[in-house]
Amino acid sequence: MASLATAVDLKDGNKMRGDTPAIPTHPVGERLRSWLSRVGWTIVSIGMFSGIWEVLWLVGIADPKLLPPPHVFVGNFVDQVKFFNTATRWSIGVNPESGPTPIEALMITIGATAGRVFAGLLIASALGITVGVLIRYIHVFEKLTLPTITLLSPVSPIAWLPVAIFLFGIGNAPAIFMVVIALFFHMVLATISQIDGVNRNLINVARTVGATKGQIYRLVIIPAILPGLLMVLRLNMFGAWMVVLVAETTGVGFGLGQVIMLARNTFNPSLVFFCIALIGVLGFVSDWILRIVQKRILYWVPETAGVLRGL
Amino acid sequence: MAYDGKSPPPGNAVSCRGVSKIWSAGTVRAHEALREIDLDIGPGEFVALLGPSGCGKSTLLYLIAGLEAVTAGELWSFGQRLLAPSPERSLIFQETSLFPWLTVWQNVSFGLAIRGTPVEQRRAVAKEALQRVGLSAAFDKRPDELSGGMRQRVAVARALAMQPKVLLMDEPFAALDVQTRQRMQDFLIDVWRSSGASVLFVTHHIDEAVALSDRVVVFTARPGRIKTIVPIDMDRPRNLFSTECEKLRMELTAHLKDEVERAFAEQEAFAVTP
Repeated sequence: MASLATAVDLKDGNKMRGDTPAIPTHPVGERLRSWLSRVGWTIVSIGMFSGIWEVLWLVGIADPKLLPPPHVFVGNFVDQVKFFNTATRWSIGVNPESGPTPIEALMITIGATAGRVFAGLLIASALGITVGVLIRYIHVFEKLTLPTITLLSPVSPIAWLPVAIFLFGIGNAPAIFMVVIALFFHMVLATISQIDGVNRNLINVARTVGATKGQIYRLVIIPAILPGLLMVLRLNMFGAWMVVLVAETTGVGFGLGQVIMLARNTFNPSLVFFCIALIGVLGFVSDWILRIVQKRILYWVPETAGVLRGL
Repeated sequence: MAYDGKSPPPGNAVSCRGVSKIWSAGTVRAHEALREIDLDIGPGEFVALLGPSGCGKSTLLYLIAGLEAVTAGELWSFGQRLLAPSPERSLIFQETSLFPWLTVWQNVSFGLAIRGTPVEQRRAVAKEALQRVGLSAAFDKRPDELSGGMRQRVAVARALAMQPKVLLMDEPFAALDVQTRQRMQDFLIDVWRSSGASVLFVTHHIDEAVALSDRVVVFTARPGRIKTIVPIDMDRPRNLFSTECEKLRMELTAHLKDEVERAFAEQEAFAVTP
């Protein structure tokens, strides 16, 4: 038996020969180069669109009063940042100069908005995944909830805005509620479809060794649906960034949505574009964070992007 | 040959009595997969199920595994009615069925984890089972680091870790290349001998059935019925180029040919009249 086993080993065991590292790693130099190339292309891409805009401004097509080019709305950074000092604007009898410095105010604004996005994201995924799993786990629960959830899922989050205000007044709560409501239904439906897509063999393996329904859900189905759900979460995160601005225009005190409202009311296109650029960067950074989380939690999911690049 | 109501001999690893299976019974999509199967598998016997694709041989395996319920008839194993899945009957699938998020040893000892076996004991069992399939070195690896053949051996190790009395194999080597497949057949004979378990092996490969089994059960095209059972009384490893094997191959080919043609004719008729 031993000799036979070795013979088998030699055949398709060449992957294990020697002490090659478990996961093939690129040398540091190559990784740095690929990172630099990614950053480089990002700069080139943004540079190209900014360049076109600047040229349009130069030849007089883009009116700087309506479509101020990047060097205008990013250039006077210090002036722009002053508008973010809305932290105490609504209070009567407060010296407008007494608030936080402009840079601090910018950070507070960004922090507040990002905090709402992530709080909403967290609550929506926890709720959505729980409800989705319960729908498949308990048949009666599905019968009771799924029709309503399917009915409500196409409703635009904007329609929920008055409800958010009725329920929570103003402040953080309605903004977070809006993010949650925008993502919740999608997360539920995505969870259900992910569960339905789990490889039957994996479930059957667990059934053969005598796993209970609870064990199958906990040990097989939940880990199997995580990769797909994190992808759904990443896509929905952009939705969260969109919704949070709408929610913030209703008067939460401070936040990027509030600043855009201010820009609109004071006819300040420079500030609008400044905020748009800021939100773009924030969305990019938060997607990057989620990607890192994805890689950490889902260490077993292979990266498939390389296949397409080979085409 | 309908079910006669008497219980089969308790020594049989698996006994099928008048087993029929209709998928989606009672709906418009209903189709009959198996009709009145009577089959006895002795303890330690190696039986191949051979038939055209779609003849229900895999269905029979799923029924014996307890993963699906029979429409009619009874299934027995060692004197007990067979009604639910059991670790005594391990099913090995055609495609990879390893949990990609677990390491090889965690995969192998998954069944023990379900029972709440302490981790040290699980590691020991996994180590032993991996030794038996010649993959000790893969202990801490993850499934995606292994080749297709190695993954199937891990799946076999996982089955062995539960000390099964019956190994059910659903075309386990179909996705492998020819050379690997031959090695895996040698390997399987080796595992079968050392474990003492009965093996029920689904294949549509005549050579594979001839090389491995004590008996070949030939199925008819849909609905699957047992057309004939061909015993093979030859020592292993078998020389597939010997005259006896050649004769067997021709016999089995002849049995299969009618059925494959019938299956084709049926499919064509189905395609014309929707």
